[in-house]
Amino acid sequence: MFILKYIKEVFSGLQSLAVGLRRTLYYFSHHKEIITQQYPDNRDTLVFPDRFKGEVVMVHDDNNEHACTGCTACELACPNATIKIITKFDITPEGKKKKAIDKFVYHLELCTMCNLCVVACPTDAIKMAQTFEHSVFNRAELTKVLNKPDSKIREGVE
Amino acid sequence: MVEEIGSTAAGDIIINVGPQHPATHGVLHLVITINGETIQKVEPHLGYIHRSIEKMCESLTYRQFIYVTSRMDYLSSHINNHACALCVEKGLQIEVPSRAQVIRVLMDELTRIASHELWWGAMAMDLGAFTPFFHAFREREAINDIMEETCGARLTMNYMVPGGVMQDIHPNFQRRVKEFIALFKSKVNEYNELVTGNIIFQNRMKGVGNLSAADAISFGCTGPTARGSGVSCDIRKLYPYEIYETLNFEEILETGGDSFARYMVRVREMSQSISIIEQLIDNIPEGDFQAKTKAVLKLPKGEFYQRVETARGEFGVYMVSEGGTTPYRIKYRSPGFSNLSALDHMARGSKLGDLVAMMGTLDLVIPDIDR
Amino acid sequence: MWSFSKISKLIDSWLSVHFSSTWTMVIEMVIAGIAVITLFALLGLVLVLMERRVAAWIQIRLGPNRVGPGGMLQSLADTLKLLVKEGMTPDGADKFLFNLAPFIAMIVAMLLMAPIAFASDFQLWNLNIGVLYVTAISSLMVISILMAGWASNNKYSLMGAMRSGAQIVSYELSAGLSIMSIVVLSGSLNLNEIILSQADGWWIFKGHIPVVIAFIIFIIAVTAETNRAPFDLAEAESELTAGFHTEYSGMKFALFFLAEYINVFIVCAIGATLFLGGWMPLHIGHWQAFNHVMDFIPSSIWFFGKTFFLIFLIMWFRWTFPRLRIDQLLDLEWKYLLPISIFNILLITLMAILGWHF
Repeated sequence: MFILKYIKEVFSGLQSLAVGLRRTLYYFSHHKEIITQQYPDNRDTLVFPDRFKGEVVMVHDDNNEHACTGCTACELACPNATIKIITKFDITPEGKKKKAIDKFVYHLELCTMCNLCVVACPTDAIKMAQTFEHSVFNRAELTKVLNKPDSKIREGVE
Repeated sequence: MVEEIGSTAAGDIIINVGPQHPATHGVLHLVITINGETIQKVEPHLGYIHRSIEKMCESLTYRQFIYVTSRMDYLSSHINNHACALCVEKGLQIEVPSRAQVIRVLMDELTRIASHELWWGAMAMDLGAFTPFFHAFREREAINDIMEETCGARLTMNYMVPGGVMQDIHPNFQRRVKEFIALFKSKVNEYNELVTGNIIFQNRMKGVGNLSAADAISFGCTGPTARGSGVSCDIRKLYPYEIYETLNFEEILETGGDSFARYMVRVREMSQSISIIEQLIDNIPEGDFQAKTKAVLKLPKGEFYQRVETARGEFGVYMVSEGGTTPYRIKYRSPGFSNLSALDHMARGSKLGDLVAMMGTLDLVIPDIDR
Repeated sequence: MWSFSKISKLIDSWLSVHFSSTWTMVIEMVIAGIAVITLFALLGLVLVLMERRVAAWIQIRLGPNRVGPGGMLQSLADTLKLLVKEGMTPDGADKFLFNLAPFIAMIVAMLLMAPIAFASDFQLWNLNIGVLYVTAISSLMVISILMAGWASNNKYSLMGAMRSGAQIVSYELSAGLSIMSIVVLSGSLNLNEIILSQADGWWIFKGHIPVVIAFIIFIIAVTAETNRAPFDLAEAESELTAGFHTEYSGMKFALFFLAEYINVFIVCAIGATLFLGGWMPLHIGHWQAFNHVMDFIPSSIWFFGKTFFLIFLIMWFRWTFPRLRIDQLLDLEWKYLLPISIFNILLITLMAILGWHF
């Protein structure tokens, strides 16, 4: 019957709306469901997974030694020319010339965090750091030299 | 007043929807001709975010170019990367270890769910309901956290490499995925309560944006858009790659051909993806996560094509190699481009508000259309 | 116990002692005007904050929590921002109408404030045709929207204005009919008398199911009349960017924004007055003791409590439902709400004649 169908339609429509209203009322009244993280306030407790790709860094040990041989595998692996390795020749105590890095230049502004350089490195000299607050006022600050001053290659790394 | 371009009938007005418009989800530019509220013509203008990714890829080596494809359809970046990795493997004829295959499929399906979650929220937002967007992001966030833990990034992971995956799965991976499945199952009913069952929503979706199966095929629609019209086109079923043929899942087909059918395809696909993940998560075989490959990859001379099913449809990589370290030519077949071409056909004669709903059900990602 | 009416009487007697009756009148009018404007500003701030809070909690967020204690000053900061923003007038716009439209919206909202009884014996203008006045003035709202949409010389604005015109004109019918049902029951157009007729129970309880239906229709219709979601087709940001106020910026935009919230407040106040007894405390028939306890709560708190409850209802709708399409919107009115409310008012008239209500 027409009238019956009409009334049924109205009621089923209202019921479907009521179901939605009940759901939103639940969230309105249950504040424990809130998932907002208050970012700058929770900076101290913020934990990033150890694989998070934030920035390429070079690993230095306590003696200010790194494992980079200057082989440029990372430079070749990088799709964006983010890494530029400037090499020099060190004189070893035996008087031989040995290739070593002078500057490991890293352009953070070009980096897409693809992790290819880290994978390509044969000596695990570089890794991804979990930093993420990279904004600076001057673009030049994003061009970084990754090897620390006066650092040298660790003994035994070829 | 600026002179209007093109010939229009009396009473017709031309409106530029986009490139800066809240409903176009990016920089899509639609020039629409309307008469009152009724749409006469929709003309998409593309190219606002064209970055010539195909050309860029031609100057990168076979290991490097994969990461760029994450920037096309950024919501299914894993699946894009997967297609490229598969294409390179096809050229090199590498056997991918079974562990890597399972991980890849798991990641693909997680990405598919994440993409559909975002679509679901954005779709509801197109129709004027804001709340579902935030609720969808709660579940999507869980997937993003899983991705962050294993792949190191939340959106553009670059996890698929020729020969396998970049790193082994994180020790927490299985536990986190199971937690996510539990979370998703507890919340999926809310989607129906908030949106699917809502009478206003159903009236907005049913019977609008009709696309017949024949039209869907002739416009080259793929993915949920075509499956909503009853066209069987799931690459995972028709041209199975990786381990999809051994999996037990169902290709979602709806025959309505309207916006609601496309909506239902996507919503039901999420549950299918969950079932795929459930089948695999406890059965990740031991072994290598990556096949041994040479340091410098060189594909033999020839042409290679690989297609996969992304969240939006069929994604194809066509690669021509001259035998060098970089591809000679790369062509991507992106699902969004073909799906968008059906918009004009679907929208004619419907109301302005429905255009937004239709765009929502096409699940457009503009960088995917422009590349 | 202090009350609004005592304060107003105190001021009145003090003024009439010190000034002639004409000056008393003038000064009282100025005071009333300032009070209304202050109330406007306060309501705007409170309602915007409330909307954001409600939205945030429904959307599992925290909401404003940075400006002031618990984010309480957020809307004040927003207002300051809008004040210092440039109020642009587009080149092709009809400048006079474009600048006039937001003020018309405000003036309409202010006029509507006149007959509302905020507390017992506290009313700007005890009008004997208060209900008629409210329905008549509230339909002027559409003029400001049409004016804004037309004068902006923007296609989105024009479409928003046209939608809004069709919408408000249609929904006034069922809103009017559901208001009429209470007029039929109480037998008066005077808002104060309608409130007094609810001394032994609010109409929504006294009037059985027909009044509940009338109340639901009233809420739906006023949601549409104030252009709130799910009937916000005049703004429809996913379709028309911002509809009729696409081209407005700065304080002119703020006036539209404020007028929207004030209108929500006013229609909710009218709804509370008609269906929930306005400032009348919750009285149940002959339960003398219970009624007496309820009378201890000041009448202004009853009024604002009820009004804000209705405002919450409307906000709750907004953050739950998707938007209707324009043809469905008109369908809803002409095919569902109007027939139902016509049938309903017949039923209520029968009830009133036969005295079937409590």
